[in-house]
Amino acid sequence: MEKILQVKDLELSFNTQGGEVKAIRGVNFDLYKGETLAIVGESGSGKSVTTKSIMRLLPENSAEFKSGEILFGGRDLTKLSDKEMQKIRGKEISMIFQDPMTSLNPTMPIGRQLTEPLLKHQKISTSEAKKVAIDLLRLVGMPKPELRMKQYPHQFSGGQRQRIVIAISLACNPKILIADEPTTALDVTIQAQILELMKDLQKKIDTSIIFITHDLGVVANVADRVAVMYGGKIVEIGTVDEIFYNPQHPYTWGLLSSMPSLDTEDAKLYAIPGTPPDLLDPPKGDAFALRSEYALKIDMEQNPPFFKISDTHSAATWLLHPDAPQVEPPLTVIERMKKFPGSRYYEGGVV
Amino acid sequence: MAKYIGKRLIYMVITLALIATFTFFLMKILPGSPVASADKLSPEQRAVVEARYGLNEPLPVQYFNYMFGLVQGDLGISINQFKGAEVTDVILSRMGPSAQIGFQGMVLGTVLGILLGMIAALRQNTWVDYTSTFVAIVGISIPSFVFASLLQYWFGLKWELFPVALWKDGFMSSVLPSIALAMFPLATAARFIRTEMIEVLGSDYITLAKAKGASGSEIAFKHAFRNALIPLVTVLGPMAVSILTGSLVVEQIFAIPGIGEQFVKSIMVNDFSIIMGTTIFFSVFLIVIILLVDILYGVIDPRIRLSGGKS
Repeated sequence: MEKILQVKDLELSFNTQGGEVKAIRGVNFDLYKGETLAIVGESGSGKSVTTKSIMRLLPENSAEFKSGEILFGGRDLTKLSDKEMQKIRGKEISMIFQDPMTSLNPTMPIGRQLTEPLLKHQKISTSEAKKVAIDLLRLVGMPKPELRMKQYPHQFSGGQRQRIVIAISLACNPKILIADEPTTALDVTIQAQILELMKDLQKKIDTSIIFITHDLGVVANVADRVAVMYGGKIVEIGTVDEIFYNPQHPYTWGLLSSMPSLDTEDAKLYAIPGTPPDLLDPPKGDAFALRSEYALKIDMEQNPPFFKISDTHSAATWLLHPDAPQVEPPLTVIERMKKFPGSRYYEGGVV
Repeated sequence: MAKYIGKRLIYMVITLALIATFTFFLMKILPGSPVASADKLSPEQRAVVEARYGLNEPLPVQYFNYMFGLVQGDLGISINQFKGAEVTDVILSRMGPSAQIGFQGMVLGTVLGILLGMIAALRQNTWVDYTSTFVAIVGISIPSFVFASLLQYWFGLKWELFPVALWKDGFMSSVLPSIALAMFPLATAARFIRTEMIEVLGSDYITLAKAKGASGSEIAFKHAFRNALIPLVTVLGPMAVSILTGSLVVEQIFAIPGIGEQFVKSIMVNDFSIIMGTTIFFSVFLIVIILLVDILYGVIDPRIRLSGGKS
């Protein structure tokens, strides 16, 4: 499959008054054409920062690329000038944000907000841009698009506004769409509609999506592959089935155990103990070790490398080292692994 | 919208009636008489003068006579300042210079203030920003009479660029008073726009505009500016007040034959009808400004426009 974006050894810091916050500490991933890659992790794990750094939307006076590269179309995005980035933003890579209530300009009719990227990136007239914008609104399921072009954001509901934001992001048929928790601020029924819409549109325009979320239910619904982030690093990456049914990193185990399910009999939901690491002074070894009951001595001293589980699946934990002791994952995870061919708990059947 | 304005007009009339009533009775409570040299007049002469201006009638009758005249647009006649001239004529003849320096001061101050505030916000925490903040603080804290005197000294006396005072050289005479009046709106606008721009520039829709590929200037002018203007509109009303009260002093200092100058004098000589007339004129002016500001709000912010009228 064609790689459309490659993030290599990316390190990024924020220079703050309190010191250097190492928000991204060596992130590697590839994005393939037409796929949806979900990035999951708790608040502060670096998922939003990673994608904002791809778009170069971080505050320039405090965010600083330390090393690594972001390769897109043969160019390293970390090295482009502001002018060159402006040509990529909205045209080649576009973005959807978390809160549709605040991401549209309240004093500009939505028609103008829709035609803005078209007029900016494509050589078309205003009237042509209007036609395209009306088609886009129709595409995202907005009734009576001609009438609604002149209306302002406050005349739309939250779900409708997110549809408009999606329409704006798709205006120039971008190669990559970054969705930063696009459904978090919406209620559940609208969430489902927006997810369906995104899946539908992805098929139509064949774009790759990076989908950031902390909602594993959403991941299972939309993603082809999943990257789990913790403490400014990716700790496990694999196909959606591999992450859900054959997870290897203790943090992924924790995440999956803390997900409520219909057949959970325990009244109490599992919560990962402790707090996320302080990225002003990140831990030397595995950042998750202090919160993990499976931590080995080496976890405190050395950062684990990635171990390959399959061609598509790898995880950064010393537990996968040949010399590591065999540990039993939590029961809920074992239950999941029983359904996954190739896992050591496999009991037959299919996922 | 028409319904809304109609409703506001009715409120305006009620407000004016109340202002006229209060001012009328407050004036009556004040010691002193408009018949300035009362001591030199014999009781008979004094009675003649008082009868001429209706001052001998009982208070309620005087009040109703005044209000009746007011409804017909008759503000009475000047008692001693302009000896028998119609108050309306006095005010109208004096309005020109006041309106000119007031308008020039307001426009100059607001436009420069907005520019200063924008630049400060876009160059936050640089020397440009600090300079702009300094100008704003100076503009707010230095009273207009100090500033007016400084302008007279440097631009009038030392460099002889503009006339020091008086209203003889048309536009040239209006420059220094306008600048003196502009300082307060300039400082206020700069402070408001800076704060608001910084907040707006950090909002989600600005990030989305950036994500669409908009350039720095497109973001500042197409997206941020209009949103940053909204709170400034709120202070336009108080700024108009400051221009009014400022002009009372500034007109005195520059010896401009405007309403402010005449108002101050009328208070000193206790010219009852001129004081009443000018107060009512200022009130009308202010109430109209406040209505205009509210309408302007709707023009700038669509959320207000539609919730105020029919959607």
